[in-house]
Amino acid sequence: MSADAPFFEWLCRLGDNTLVLGHRVSEWCGRGPALEEDIALANISLDLIGQTQMWLTLAGEVENAGRSADDLAMLRDAWDFRNALLVEQPNGDFGRTMMRQFLFDHFHLLQLQTLADSADQRVADIAAKAVKEVTYHVERSTEVVIALGDGTEESHSRMQAALDWAWPYVGELFASDAIDVQIAERGIAPLPDTLRVAYDQRVTSALTKATLTVPEGRFAHSGGKSGFRHSEHLGHMLTQMQWLQRAYPGAQW
Amino acid sequence: MYAQMIKSESTDDDPEKLAAFQARIDANEKIEPKDWMPQGYRKTLIRQIGQHAHSEIVGQLPEGNWITRAPTLERKAILLAKVQDEAGHGLYLYCAAETLGVTRDELTEMLNDGRMKYSSIFNYPTLTWADMGAVGWLVDGAAIMNQVPLQRTSFGPYSRAMIRVCKEESFHQRQGYDIMMRMAEGTPAQKRMAQDALNRFWQPALMMFGPSDKDSVHSAQSMAWKIKMNTNDELRQKFVDQTVPQAEYLGLTVPDDNLRWNEDTGHYEFSEPDWSEFFDVIQGNGPCNTDRLEARNAAWNDGAWVRDGMHAHAQKKQQTKVAAQ
Amino acid sequence: MSNPSNEWPLWEVFIRGQHGLSHRHVGSLHAPDAEMAILNARDVYTRRNEGVSIWVVPAAEITASSPSKKGPLYEPSHSKVYRHPTFFDIPDEVGAM
Repeated sequence: MSADAPFFEWLCRLGDNTLVLGHRVSEWCGRGPALEEDIALANISLDLIGQTQMWLTLAGEVENAGRSADDLAMLRDAWDFRNALLVEQPNGDFGRTMMRQFLFDHFHLLQLQTLADSADQRVADIAAKAVKEVTYHVERSTEVVIALGDGTEESHSRMQAALDWAWPYVGELFASDAIDVQIAERGIAPLPDTLRVAYDQRVTSALTKATLTVPEGRFAHSGGKSGFRHSEHLGHMLTQMQWLQRAYPGAQW
Repeated sequence: MYAQMIKSESTDDDPEKLAAFQARIDANEKIEPKDWMPQGYRKTLIRQIGQHAHSEIVGQLPEGNWITRAPTLERKAILLAKVQDEAGHGLYLYCAAETLGVTRDELTEMLNDGRMKYSSIFNYPTLTWADMGAVGWLVDGAAIMNQVPLQRTSFGPYSRAMIRVCKEESFHQRQGYDIMMRMAEGTPAQKRMAQDALNRFWQPALMMFGPSDKDSVHSAQSMAWKIKMNTNDELRQKFVDQTVPQAEYLGLTVPDDNLRWNEDTGHYEFSEPDWSEFFDVIQGNGPCNTDRLEARNAAWNDGAWVRDGMHAHAQKKQQTKVAAQ
Repeated sequence: MSNPSNEWPLWEVFIRGQHGLSHRHVGSLHAPDAEMAILNARDVYTRRNEGVSIWVVPAAEITASSPSKKGPLYEPSHSKVYRHPTFFDIPDEVGAM
């Protein structure tokens, strides 16, 4: 382990969120409900994969053990992944996918906006590029969630079910632990829980327009960003994502 | 090609109008949607552009099969961008077909229930990562050979769609060849994958151009209308002449014992593909026909509530706007 | 199965590129309403940095000139060759004009 293990770990949280969600969204390619949606989902996935390359490359530099972004993506096992549980959840129907996206996008945008002032210039630079992409992600997923929530009886009930399903995974995005505290003290990023008020305002406002009801419960699953206990889904995702690198070690592709 | 076995529809329009129409085409004028056109021209084009569009959409599936298994982040992004382009190309082509008086939903239903076809090539499975190379190199290589001349086709919207498609496709074949180069200079297992992919895709790629001219259906009328620009055999020969040296550069063997350079003609001689297999595939008995159609039907049916829901929301918004005025 | 009357309408898309030229027709797409049409246009037609501004217009709202009037509409201008700079011969000695 490098001297700066907390920073490495924190960067993996950012990079693994975009890696895992980018992968999930890419699973839609060729299967979207309309051509225009299919194309839009691919754009989101492409943005997230690009951001992953930046975050994990920086993580590799900080770790200083010679690991590239690809090494980190393709050769770590599930327990070393630091993404939030929300993003590793399976796509489900289009409603679940868009709800997951909407709930993550709003967090992601707030996070990136604060990172523009990071004490670490490399972090600020990556955030400055990503924030433009994610601003658009927010616009699109919000528009779609509102439309489908408000749409037909069926689309409304599917979106409400999607919200009820995803909601227990939201809390983890804002939970602050010892690593977050260190990172905040160093001025790299504010504590995630400081973003929650703004998040709730934005998300609730959109969900109200969508005629959806925010669940009462504040229960939050955890274990993704700490790596302590991922869901079963992540391992299956990795068996696909990492297959070639694992089956043919050392080959160049 | 992406539109194979398109039979020109017969036309029983006023001979005088027909002659004037043909004169416009001969003068390289573009025919636009609101212009008078023979019924046969319209019907043939709907079938051809529709089939072309369907091929792009179904064509997303064999390559989409490897997006989640791409070996590096960069390869994943490139492949995803490429498959996304195919969705875009399908979209442009459907829009071109729509100018002829058919809706995209109608075309989609006809694909889904088997009334309309798509290119035979997409009924073959992609089994290894090298297939991503072979598909880009051979399939896109064959497609572009047909699509470049179609930029000059007589129907304006089709021609404009092709111009956009060709501009965007220029990276597709190269990324395929780039994968093949990496595999061919890689480990023994990677070389084996590369050769295996060429072995499996060579004949299906040759079949993309459709049956031999001597067995081809009604292509004379389509050529006169400039909605088919070259004969099947012309394009197939051009493809072989271009591809064989590329295979040699990779150090791969084209799976054809009869392949030889003919000094006199300046072309390669090669074996005819197995046309009985081609007709089997066209009739629904290719290795993946069932899977491909199931995937398209699932996407369409599972997406119905989304399309309906968004439509309903748009209607409500519109009503609110009107009420406010 | 979705209701056929619920097909998203067709929109024509116009994009202004980086260099201050006019909006240009680039193609069409389907979208449930104008707001989604703008988003879809961004996703479908600006994947390669093509534009900085997007217009969308419902295809049904476009009024087109009739092809049979091509003669009366456009041919009169054929004879007005003096509208084109190449009509006038300016001696080389005068320099660029």
